[in-house]
Amino acid sequence: MRFVNYVAAGVAVLALAACAPSTAPAPAGGDEKTGTLRVWLFDEPNRAPKEKVVGEAIKEFTAAHAGVKVEVAYIPTTPARHEKFKGAFNDPASSPDVAEYGNTDLAEYAAAGGFADLGPQLGNQDLTPDLLKSATVDGKQYGLPWFIGIRALYYRTDVFDELKLKPPTSLAELTETARTIREKKPDLYGIAVGGEYTFGALPFVWDAGGDITTLDSPEARKGVKAYTDLLTDDICPPQACVSLTGGKTVELFAGGKAAMAILGNFNRSAVDAGAAAGKYAVVPLPGSAPGSIAPAFAGGNNLGVLKNAAHRTLAVEFVKLLGGKAYQTKMYEAMGNLPTLTGARDELAAKDPFVKPFLDTVAAGTRFVPLDPAWVKIDNSKVIPTMLQKIATGRAGVDAATAEAAAAVKTAFGRS
Amino acid sequence: MTAGVTLGRRAVTPGRRAATAGGRARPWLYLLPAAAVLVPLFGYPVYMLGLLSVFDYRQAQVSGGQPSTFVGFANYATLLGDGRFWEVLLQTVGFAAALVLATLAAGAALAVLMTRTGPVPRTLLSLAALGAWAAPAMTGSTVWMFLFDADLGLVNQVLGLDGFNWFYDRWVTFAVVGATIVWHSFPLVMLTLYAGIQAIPASVLEAAALDGASAWHSFWKVIVPMLRPLVTIVVIQSVIWDFKVFTQIYVMTNGGGVAGQNTVLNVYAYQTAFGSSEYGLGSAIAVVMTLVLLAFTLVYIRALRRGGEGL
Repeated sequence: MRFVNYVAAGVAVLALAACAPSTAPAPAGGDEKTGTLRVWLFDEPNRAPKEKVVGEAIKEFTAAHAGVKVEVAYIPTTPARHEKFKGAFNDPASSPDVAEYGNTDLAEYAAAGGFADLGPQLGNQDLTPDLLKSATVDGKQYGLPWFIGIRALYYRTDVFDELKLKPPTSLAELTETARTIREKKPDLYGIAVGGEYTFGALPFVWDAGGDITTLDSPEARKGVKAYTDLLTDDICPPQACVSLTGGKTVELFAGGKAAMAILGNFNRSAVDAGAAAGKYAVVPLPGSAPGSIAPAFAGGNNLGVLKNAAHRTLAVEFVKLLGGKAYQTKMYEAMGNLPTLTGARDELAAKDPFVKPFLDTVAAGTRFVPLDPAWVKIDNSKVIPTMLQKIATGRAGVDAATAEAAAAVKTAFGRS
Repeated sequence: MTAGVTLGRRAVTPGRRAATAGGRARPWLYLLPAAAVLVPLFGYPVYMLGLLSVFDYRQAQVSGGQPSTFVGFANYATLLGDGRFWEVLLQTVGFAAALVLATLAAGAALAVLMTRTGPVPRTLLSLAALGAWAAPAMTGSTVWMFLFDADLGLVNQVLGLDGFNWFYDRWVTFAVVGATIVWHSFPLVMLTLYAGIQAIPASVLEAAALDGASAWHSFWKVIVPMLRPLVTIVVIQSVIWDFKVFTQIYVMTNGGGVAGQNTVLNVYAYQTAFGSSEYGLGSAIAVVMTLVLLAFTLVYIRALRRGGEGL
């Protein structure tokens, strides 16, 4: 029995010692003016050009600041990035000063209190309001938008020429063209769309006047229907297309198995490396009104300064340099990343015709996911893919599936 | 097996109850080494899991953006009120039951086969089984996924089913993933039962044969009853494994299949806890899973004892 008592006593001590789950200490930043500035940037499949541009920026920065070194770590873009960032927020010793992060992660990081408000220091920037919004939560700007990725409609010029088709100028035309192509060339998908391609589907919803927060509205339903109408046997058969992600549609188009696809400016090199190389052109994704452009998702990465940063002033200056016009332009030349600064984009449009459809899309207005930690939940629990897949497989009608998705979205917001 | 038998016998020795206080402490003393390992490694995580499940604990709370608050059983209420949870729970129970049956059938059949074949086929069979056993779940799932790939998979090429998507229909998907899981888990069952059969005295089987029992009869009437303690362990282990299946589903169906039709409880818990950063709610799911498994194990052992068999 004595042992029982000891065990009971031990359990009681443990229970007292840990009466609540532990929480990280309050952020402890600093403002040292010398030392090593630590920077996290995302790793890329082809990192060398990025590293070169960043190296130039570091050289310029250290030349202007005596006694300062810059140390760059490249972190993965896989979901493991969340663990890295959570670690940096929880432990000042493992926190960098500056970090690149995806703008869809912003709300979650802001809610976690990980990044510092840079609004006052950055001042007036050459950004469109849409883009500024992609770095702002509750009026606080948690970083400088560094580059954006915009999706537009890639199409096969050889197939269109052969079948005497014109690039579609409205969604109805897009659907019709896709159907004609598959009818005439059954081994091609009319357009590669996927049930798990959230950012391919959202422009249809936005164009119809719906949004992620109102998926069961008549407008959103119209958009969802327009997208899922493409996931049919006579365009992109559900059997093959229902579980495709955005990345898989890139493979299909690049591999020459699809006549059209909704791809980003950042997919250019992948397409150029495939069978479709040299046989494609790009136009903005049309909206339902003839001649209009469907609003694209303004995905991209921001440069932020962490609350735990030990060199706050230096960090902000480094962000201003690397996120400035000169280096944004260099990053486009090196990596194809579209600049966020309007001035830099205008110069580019004059130089490189490839970016024109993407820039036209930006000019027509871009949209963004809800700036709320709920988005991460909606995204991770696959609310939108589940909705699309249920409709495409015929397991639920548009009304039922959108109602269910809207309920899931509401729950996600309710709990955050 | 012998340990099982001894334990069973000791359970019916009421005379010992009258021992001194020192004698009563003795079993605890014997348990101490095991407890020293199990309490920190098993007890503490379970305790933390239970603790987290009664808190509102999300990413903002982990990184200190917001204070964590005690919410009592609110996480459990959310969970039990969620239709999706029940759907996934039922699906998991059904899938696990099918897997346990399939694993036991395959393992037992091959174990008997091993006792009947010559040394060369036996060695080949054990090597193949060991290979399947040694393959990490991640690797095995990826390889099977490639085998069943719609465009480039070997299965489709051999069967001439170009472009057939094995991961489209719910039941076909479960069948393919289930086959992978059985392939991963039958070797343990097979080798355990084979070792058990080898330990059955040849004279017993010989006597049965002389009495005119067919192979089928001597399997069900002689081998199975004698292997009961082993079968119990193998069943419990299979149930626990198959109920907690994660990797194969997560990898092969890309996190739950078309519209989440192939989600099982562990994948659901993972997506809730880590995907959605709902650590409190995720812990509640894990606690429920632990309780379900515990309940099953206890009921199963009790049923065996009632039936006159000791573990």
